[in-house]
Amino acid sequence: MSDFATLADITGHPDGWDTYDADRQPRMGFFTDTSICIGCKACEVACKEWNVVPEDGLVWTGESYDNTSALGANSWRHVAFIEQRKPLRGEEDGDDALRWLMSSDVCKHCTHAACLDVCPTGSLIRTEYGTVVVQEDICNGCGYCVPACPFGVLDRRQLPRKQDDPPLALPLLGKREDGRVWKCTLCYDRLKGGHEPACAKACPTDSIQFGEVDELRERAKERVQKLEANGWNGARLYGDDPGDGVGGFGAFFLLLDEPEVYGLPPDPVVTTKDLPEMWTTTALAAAATVVVTALAFFGGRR
Amino acid sequence: MSESITGVGTEMQSYYGRPILKEPVWQPEIPTYFFTGGVAGACSLLHGFARVAGHERLAKTALYVGAAADVVSPALLVSDLGRPERFLNMLRVFKVSSPMSVGSWILFVSAGASATAAALEWLGMLRPVRWAAEAVSFAAGAPLTTYTGTLLADTAIPVWHDARKELPWLFGASAAASAGAATTILLPPGEAGPARRLAVAGVAAELGLMDAMERRLGFVGEVYKQDAAGKLARASKALTAAGGALLATRGRRSRSAAVAGGALVLAGELALRWSVFRAGFQSARDPRYTVIPQKQRKEREQSK
Amino acid sequence: MGSNMAENHPVGFQWVMEARERGAHVFHVDPRFTRTSAMATNWVGIRAGSDIAFLGGIINYIIENECWFDEYVKHYTNAPVLITDGYEDTEDLDGLFSGWDPQTNEYDITTWAYRGTEPQTAPGKKSSATRGEQSGHGGHGGGLSHGEPPEEDESLQDPRCVFQIVKRHYARYTPEVVAEMCGCSVEDFLNVAKTLCESSGRERTSAFVYAVGWTQHTVGVQIIRAAAIIQLLLGNIGRPGGGIVALRGHASIQGSTDLATLFNILPGYLSMPQSAAPPGLDEYIERGTAPAGWWGKLDTFIVSMLKAWWGPAATKENDFCFDYLPKIDEDHSEYWTFTQMLEGKVKGYLIAGENPAVGSANGKLHRLGLAKLDWLVVRDLVEVETAAFWYDSPEIESGELKTEEIPTEVFFLPASSHVEKDGSFTNTQRLVQWHYKAVDPKEDCRSDLWFYYHLGRKIREKLDGSQDPKNRPILDLTWHYPTHGEEQEPSAEAVLAEMNGSDSAGQALAGYKLLKADGSTASGCWLYSGIYADDVNMAARKKPHWEQSFTALEWAWAWPMNRRILYNRASADRDGNPWSERKRLVWWDADQKKWTGIDTPDYDEEKPPGYEPPDDAKGPDAIKGDHPFIMQSDGRGWLYVPQGLMDGPLPTHYEPHESPLRNKLYSQQASPDRQRFDIPEDPHNPSADEAGADAYPYVVTTYRLTEHHTAGGMSRFVPYLSELQPAMFCEVHPDLARERGLVHGDWATIFTARSAIEARVLVTDRVKPIRTNGRVVHQVGLPYHWGSRGLTTGGSANDLAHAVLDPNVHIQEVKAFTCDIRPGRRPRGSRLPAFVRERRPR
Repeated sequence: MSDFATLADITGHPDGWDTYDADRQPRMGFFTDTSICIGCKACEVACKEWNVVPEDGLVWTGESYDNTSALGANSWRHVAFIEQRKPLRGEEDGDDALRWLMSSDVCKHCTHAACLDVCPTGSLIRTEYGTVVVQEDICNGCGYCVPACPFGVLDRRQLPRKQDDPPLALPLLGKREDGRVWKCTLCYDRLKGGHEPACAKACPTDSIQFGEVDELRERAKERVQKLEANGWNGARLYGDDPGDGVGGFGAFFLLLDEPEVYGLPPDPVVTTKDLPEMWTTTALAAAATVVVTALAFFGGRR
Repeated sequence: MSESITGVGTEMQSYYGRPILKEPVWQPEIPTYFFTGGVAGACSLLHGFARVAGHERLAKTALYVGAAADVVSPALLVSDLGRPERFLNMLRVFKVSSPMSVGSWILFVSAGASATAAALEWLGMLRPVRWAAEAVSFAAGAPLTTYTGTLLADTAIPVWHDARKELPWLFGASAAASAGAATTILLPPGEAGPARRLAVAGVAAELGLMDAMERRLGFVGEVYKQDAAGKLARASKALTAAGGALLATRGRRSRSAAVAGGALVLAGELALRWSVFRAGFQSARDPRYTVIPQKQRKEREQSK
Repeated sequence: MGSNMAENHPVGFQWVMEARERGAHVFHVDPRFTRTSAMATNWVGIRAGSDIAFLGGIINYIIENECWFDEYVKHYTNAPVLITDGYEDTEDLDGLFSGWDPQTNEYDITTWAYRGTEPQTAPGKKSSATRGEQSGHGGHGGGLSHGEPPEEDESLQDPRCVFQIVKRHYARYTPEVVAEMCGCSVEDFLNVAKTLCESSGRERTSAFVYAVGWTQHTVGVQIIRAAAIIQLLLGNIGRPGGGIVALRGHASIQGSTDLATLFNILPGYLSMPQSAAPPGLDEYIERGTAPAGWWGKLDTFIVSMLKAWWGPAATKENDFCFDYLPKIDEDHSEYWTFTQMLEGKVKGYLIAGENPAVGSANGKLHRLGLAKLDWLVVRDLVEVETAAFWYDSPEIESGELKTEEIPTEVFFLPASSHVEKDGSFTNTQRLVQWHYKAVDPKEDCRSDLWFYYHLGRKIREKLDGSQDPKNRPILDLTWHYPTHGEEQEPSAEAVLAEMNGSDSAGQALAGYKLLKADGSTASGCWLYSGIYADDVNMAARKKPHWEQSFTALEWAWAWPMNRRILYNRASADRDGNPWSERKRLVWWDADQKKWTGIDTPDYDEEKPPGYEPPDDAKGPDAIKGDHPFIMQSDGRGWLYVPQGLMDGPLPTHYEPHESPLRNKLYSQQASPDRQRFDIPEDPHNPSADEAGADAYPYVVTTYRLTEHHTAGGMSRFVPYLSELQPAMFCEVHPDLARERGLVHGDWATIFTARSAIEARVLVTDRVKPIRTNGRVVHQVGLPYHWGSRGLTTGGSANDLAHAVLDPNVHIQEVKAFTCDIRPGRRPRGSRLPAFVRERRPR
């Protein structure tokens, strides 16, 4: 179970969500049921269209049908493709068994979000919907959230140099647009308008389901039970458990194999969990530095 | 490969061998800042004790070196920002959950105090204000040397996060060594005693801590033997050991040996910061370092 | 089968997913394991081009295992009908039917007829005897008096009855033979056949879903026919959850055939008049009118159309301006037209929203043809390869064409996209859905409606006052539509209303039954009549499906008359009661004395189930009360097609025009009357055991990806789509990669007798190697979206293809031909055609 000591943790609520008091909305999120994902990538395109996310590079990877490769500043939905010589259901003899896993990855909007915790400008915030959002008018691109995220979701947006960009005077002065960190906002603006996020709206099979996280968790439990009963190999939920290392995800998944097969960490833990210990270490080490410096004065000037 | 505690060896599945974590977006300014910030912080301590002990020359040298480092440091950090013009946003909030927030304030206070103190020292005026500034600089100095270790540790990157018990000590020791070496270079051996001793103690501690850290990291720590991080770590050890040895022996009497020794130590400490920095990138890049320890942990939890 | 619905119709595919979730079996039978296969309950990999073998095997299975829906087959299909004695089957003639004339390369279909009848011709056609296509859209079963074939055997035992003919025709399509020809296992095949049979009948129905994976073969029409036979035998036609779903995916492709962008039809699938036929409207009507069934009302359809086109100028005296209609000679299909271009016989060409330089088979043939035109107009959203051929094409690169030597004057006119104009889409299920303009088009971009309307207007202005009778057809057109806005955009709704039709008072008609042949009604397209009844745009209705029954009759409008499932009278038994409660759709309400139900009955509402037509009954009235197939003159579903098709009354397994294998079943290797152009620009690969066949040992098939759209004009220029699939690639099995030394992620050159292209190599288990006859035949998969322009560029798969076509509908066989593949990039410049030439066997 979780080792957190904060009040937020006892309630299971996302950090900061309770501060909204009366303005607090039900916690909204995604349940992405990858067993019905058809790999159409409408989610990727819809997200980009709605959020005016730049094109992320025309690079053919040869990694099945995935040319997006990973989430990043310019890819907020990423459909993964994994071809396996395994049957979808049950046991199948013969080497003809094939299955093609497809899954739309997204920011998890963690209950305990490392990115939010480490952001020094207060740009990253928890919204009234329990989601995690970067305020782009504040972010100064310090990049701390980037390595803090256990899922590798965030990244800093640096658009490629164009023909008519000014020449680089010094490397230090060669900062290109945009310089800030961007990630999925769970279409915060659409939520405020009473709509579902663009990806959920576009998804033709309802693999991406949007709704109140509690209700989604119920639905997901039933779904995974049904798949297990029907002999689906490897069906499991990922991120539904409030007792996991980030307190459960606001955007969680039904997967058909181990998380790492999809490029997801098997047991993500928010780095902030160890922060009390880390500050203690910092203080002790600082004290030791003081002491050692003082001791250096014993022995005279020479 | 390290042995596994449970059944998980070092074989695992990945998504086309791609990283799970993102490598930091930080540029060369950052490890350089670790170095200069360390110098700044430890110099404040050196300066403070020197003042109290009446070593005026050491005190002034440490003050000026520290102030210079303390002024360069924010410039480096601002330069690294994606939106440098928004650097003041660092002071919008004070967040205990963010080592960068706390550190930004520490640096802000430290830089302001040391610059003030140095300026007032140079101008020879407002001594009470100068003392106050020096006191503030002293207070900020210690955390300035160690918080950067926590800054790195408070991420998801295995080689950093798993070394959270060592990094603040390591950076503190490195800071002490750097500050000691820098001031030693600028003083005749007769005045450099405490600085020199601090440098040697810092080097010894740092070498010991690096070794302990790598051993405790085990499998995750292998990046310190590979590629850029490996090269820099080896270089760092060689440089600091040589420099420390030189300082501890001939550096006691010979100015040139002290300068050489000090320079070697400085180079070695800069290399150390760089090796820890690059280690983080390598650790993020290979999904094995993320997946295998997590799977092992999961198995341990399940078998409980 | 013959489709990849998840990838090409992802939105529609959600309903297949819903069905799967409710326990439906979803089989995907395809040469590749695609995103559809990933969602199916079972994938059966087969050889591209072996579909009729597979389907024929199912027919054989149904008959051998007595799984057919007996009552349905006996009364709703032509199974009991006796065929004339002169008929000989492919079993008798080793792959040919009786009537084959090797001189003319055509069939004389008289021996295919129902016993006691003569084949009837299509309107305007002179000769009745030969080409089945002549009977195409108009031929519906000869002179059948009151809709009943003269001779039948209800016991289905007579060796000359259709049922027994079908049985014998497929007797050798055993599971073992199927496995051999298709490269699948006997178990997998039997699983499909068995499950299909178990999922059909009174309580259950099954559906087939196909697209161009079936149509783009020289036997395309026959593949679909094979599915029709299966579905009729199993009683799945006209029933909820049954039928054969033709996926018409390209936006409004169904609408484009409905409204006759094909050369040989008029709106509503009326036949185009032929120059060889005796002139005159009466002749046309007589040849095209079926004695029974709704084609018996041809006169009302054609006259109303003529009135819509020429209004007051069209009178009874002048045959309603029938002579104004251009007459066709024979084949004016796209491929034929391009061969004429090569001969310099075509002066000008207008291309709108199509990119034949990339999308048509044998791209080089097309680009060389364009280079012979005097002028070319291209309307598109972006400057596609077809518009830029004169300076950017493989032939410019190779030097086979030189820009300064090309005489063609090319006009590129920018078009509006679908969000920049009002209009409708007609898609799968014949559903017509209205869409509203959302934004104004930019700058000079204009809609197609604007273009054609104003083009016509300007031409008429130029011809105004002309005395030349040649110009009367244009000047007499009704050509006044209300326009609006700065650009003078014509009202799309006005056009829709015109299609719907109106009476002499100008009132909108309620449906095609109200059309008259006396000139008092006008309707641009009889099939769409009813879509604007009461001046309501039915296509614009958007009542959500959760507020309606599953037929959702108040969402948009389907032709004809908002009937969602065609022939749905077949969902009830002969007495008009549903076959089962579970599968009820329409039924006879004895109290109300009319057909009613969850769907609009595709039947005369007031015709009771027991209706017997009087002797002099004509048209729809001549159809019995228990015959659901109202467009056929015998009201039955045709297992056996006595007339209407060029290549046989029954589907037969023929190898593709290019194949590495011999036809295992017959000496007749490929479809005998497949359409070929023996021209130097379209050389063919040798097949099977012909000399030199091993120069192109692999089966190649082309297909779409979700991320791109057809010939790429709408996707390769869009960053968000281009980045999803940013390079042309080929898909090959690891064994093929090993055999040819192909490296995953590296380059390969694929070539045929026509051309060579390069592509990145994607090695994957998803392409099925075909194990047959003790050897392995590999298949190469090629997406066909790429061309030389746009954000992502690459080789065009269709440059490799040949222009050999299905004889009925002139569709190219790009789903199965042959090729070779080698590692490395292709030769550049003039070395490319040299390379292609060198690789052709002598």
